Amino acid sequence: MDYLDKLEAEAIYILREVAGQFDKPALLFSGGKDSICLVHLALKAFRPGKFPFPLVHIDTGHNFVEALEYRDALVNKIGEQLIVRKVEDTIRERKLQDGKGKFPSRNGLQTYTLLDVIEEFGFDACIGGARRDEEKARAKERIFSIRDEFGQWDPKKQRPEIWNIYNGKIDKGENVRVFPISNWTEMDVWNYIKREKIELPSIYFTHERKCILTEYGQLMNVNEFVQLEETDTIITKNVRYRTVGDMTCTAAVESEAYTVDDIIEELKNTKISERGATRMDDRVSEAAMEDRKKSGYF
Amino acid sequence: MELLKFFTAGNVDDGKSTLIGRLLYDSKSISTDIIEVLTRQSKTKGADTDLDLALLTDGLRAEREQGITIDVAYKYFSTDKRKFIIADTPGHEQYTRNMFTGASNADLAIVLIDARNGLTDQTKRHSIISSILGIPHLLVCINKMDLVEYSEEIFNKIKQDYLNFIKPLNLHNITFIPVSALEGDNVVESSTNMKWYKDLPLLTYLENIRIDEQYQNNSTRFQVQCVVRPQTKELHDYRGYAGSVLSGKLSVGDLVQVLPLDISTQISKIEKNGIEIQEASADDAIIIHLKDDLDISRGSSIVPIYQMPTIDNLVNATICWMDNKEYLKGQKFLLQQNSFRTKASIKEVLSKIDIHSYANIEDVIDIKLNDFTNVTIKTAENISYDSYATNRKTGAFILINENTNNTVAAGILH
Repeated sequence: MDYLDKLEAEAIYILREVAGQFDKPALLFSGGKDSICLVHLALKAFRPGKFPFPLVHIDTGHNFVEALEYRDALVNKIGEQLIVRKVEDTIRERKLQDGKGKFPSRNGLQTYTLLDVIEEFGFDACIGGARRDEEKARAKERIFSIRDEFGQWDPKKQRPEIWNIYNGKIDKGENVRVFPISNWTEMDVWNYIKREKIELPSIYFTHERKCILTEYGQLMNVNEFVQLEETDTIITKNVRYRTVGDMTCTAAVESEAYTVDDIIEELKNTKISERGATRMDDRVSEAAMEDRKKSGYF
Repeated sequence: MELLKFFTAGNVDDGKSTLIGRLLYDSKSISTDIIEVLTRQSKTKGADTDLDLALLTDGLRAEREQGITIDVAYKYFSTDKRKFIIADTPGHEQYTRNMFTGASNADLAIVLIDARNGLTDQTKRHSIISSILGIPHLLVCINKMDLVEYSEEIFNKIKQDYLNFIKPLNLHNITFIPVSALEGDNVVESSTNMKWYKDLPLLTYLENIRIDEQYQNNSTRFQVQCVVRPQTKELHDYRGYAGSVLSGKLSVGDLVQVLPLDISTQISKIEKNGIEIQEASADDAIIIHLKDDLDISRGSSIVPIYQMPTIDNLVNATICWMDNKEYLKGQKFLLQQNSFRTKASIKEVLSKIDIHSYANIEDVIDIKLNDFTNVTIKTAENISYDSYATNRKTGAFILINENTNNTVAAGILH
């Protein structure tokens, strides 16, 4: 069996385990390529039936408009339920402090919205598109990752996950984060997108964009949320996004990739990792992701 | 391109993480930004080398602080020939359950032995666990050859010791390679320091070893994960059983038995990715339709009538205890075999396996964390299974504590 077939079969198996084990699952959809692949896999797992879960989007308010348009078009096309909850509303209702500084991030704030929506609908399982190759703390997380009622991950209390037997048994109030494409790498995702001819938001491909260069040498999009300083020089570059996160914490990369084939070729030759190239949120400390997960993050 | 899953076993300081780091580094699977971070960390940690490759796999804060691997880390790399998934498993005895977890899905084990020390308790323990799990291939890497002057004599002695030790075990397809993970000898490139070693370096073995399904019998096994019922106007009568083929092949027209219902029927349709197919084989995620309308739910098995599994509510098993709290006599569990769950209890404790000598201890007083125990289990419902030795998919199960919901044991059926 080809490795992409194996990875696909494993992911479908996991999605069906979610359908079989939980009363109220949800699929966390961000509009990024990983969660787009999840939707594609769910179509394979459950059609001609409906998905046994809604798609849930945590809208930070800092999303790329292309990602939002893609989201709505996709939901329309597949005819599944979409639940959107806005970080802005959470900030107002909970009187939280919005992100500050030059690149005001809502990365940490979306955890509140996520935990609220889990409570609001009583979700017992949330399917996410995280991959173990992304980051070293993620490399340690189980496919069925048990979270307590505060959404917290405790790496020391992980259940052993043996063979392909997934134990999703939980008490009321707890939930499980399920990561069906844990074993996929960035390159696997792109090879799969190519093979399955999956459509993506346009920002994954090269386009002209006004950017500024950060102190780490990353290209940040100029938009209404970024506080420009006098010393900033606005440059126009041909760029694309390797990951689609918030406009305030996702950097673009210079690229001439017009097609999926071009992207695969580009990735073969790149020397920088996916998160290293694009995420400002991981630069904070060695354990940034571990700490965020411990407090309920995706 | 094929996918090979392997794990690394060996003593704490035998250089497992270094070896994995070496494979990733030499196959150019580590990005420059990660190398920068590692170099910075190596400096602050005061490591002997400029780049401490072990830091690559210790992803948790506690691991970096203690300088040991506590939980399994999964790493990915590929060459032109194959794609690899590595489970970097901990060496310490107290983390045996995590080692068992990482090893359970592997096609191959790399057993590392420090050339200066030869066989240790951990080498033995890991080899015994590999044997219990029926790992199809073993690559024994005798490491740190640079510290024993690349001596062929030492290599041969350890090789002989190891072969003697594993005689009673269920291990086959064993290859010995002298390496230095730190210096890179015989990892990716053939070593120029050991001209006496005429065989291939480690990576070449990993790229070429046959990924055979020899542990699987030819019996066809399928379990229902969930039922697909669209209940729309157009698909009013649609009722499909979604699941993966665990082993063997299923074809349209096959006469099958549905278990535990124990009713025979025929496969009328198979769908994969929304397309009708005539035949499905191992790992295929499919939807099955049956000729008769039966009350089939999650956990039901669908098997060919001429290849029946064993069906019983009293089974013999070897279990690895994984809970911090020891087994309490009379404790009730949920037994889960793939998607099938039933209540279960331990009817009789037969013997314990000494994980360092493979000796059988008849007088069992307790079952504690990391113990391997032979038991008889009674289940509430009949379980359909094959012995683990003939089918790794239907011969494996976990025990769940009904009260805490934790996975407290992993077991293989005999």
